[in-house]
Amino acid sequence: MQKIIKSIIVFLFIFVLLVFYNSLNRETNYSTDYLVGNKLTNINLKSFDDNKIYTSEDFQKSRYTLINFWASWCAPCRIEHPYLMQLSKEKNLKIIGVNFKDKKINASKFLNELGNPYYYMAKDTTGKQSVNFGIYGIPESILIDNETIVLKKFVGPLNEQNFNDIKEIINSL
Amino acid sequence: MRFKILLIIFFLNLNINLHANELVEESKIHKNLRCLVCQGQSIADSNSDFALTLKMVVKDLIDQGKAEEEIYSFLSDKYGDWILYKPKINQGNFLLWGLPYLALIIGGVIIVFLIRKSSKKA
Repeated sequence: MQKIIKSIIVFLFIFVLLVFYNSLNRETNYSTDYLVGNKLTNINLKSFDDNKIYTSEDFQKSRYTLINFWASWCAPCRIEHPYLMQLSKEKNLKIIGVNFKDKKINASKFLNELGNPYYYMAKDTTGKQSVNFGIYGIPESILIDNETIVLKKFVGPLNEQNFNDIKEIINSL
Repeated sequence: MRFKILLIIFFLNLNINLHANELVEESKIHKNLRCLVCQGQSIADSNSDFALTLKMVVKDLIDQGKAEEEIYSFLSDKYGDWILYKPKINQGNFLLWGLPYLALIIGGVIIVFLIRKSSKKA
């Protein structure tokens, strides 16, 4: 019996070491990688300009859609804007902009100054709609296909690497 | 007359109790939801923009008649299990849930063994 107890103690010691080793090597920052492959459902994006609502069916019209969450008060949104302008020229891609907790006058000024890359502009004045997309800060962008399956999620401003990744995906056919 | 007064008091009390239950449930849910943009805080402890938005969403879901588990399920679909302080048992965390019980059983067996051994010696 003493041998069994000793073995249990050794086993527990090794187990605790393994748990510590595993925990210390694990990524502790929140990651949204698990969202890739998920289907977005219950999409109802209210138009920035009128009463129109963009739904899941509207996404079927384009092979790929990039949903970009932005605001005029968001400084990093200015950094990623030139990439969005370039991506708006791509044939296989439509960009949907979701104006997040912003004032209409400021958002319009922002787009007049930097250009409008959006095929459709939606508004989320309270931020509640963005929760449906798993958004927790802006800028964030989600690349989806025509079945609203998430292909890639970008947290923070788009950079050159992200830009190239998007181009590679949408031109992979 | 006395009956009417008692009836009014009863309904007032019922209303207060129902409201209290709703408040308790809402704050209980807030305490189990992690504020993703804060350091180790639940949305109940935070006044960040994200926490305030999530509180509004939780309120909407409660108003829609969603149960506590349904709210957790909705939010973990959107943000992963990381948003929950008390996630459901799954492949990745079953040891975390089961280990305390296992340790309790093993500890119990060891204690029983030691007691028996010492009583034999005596």
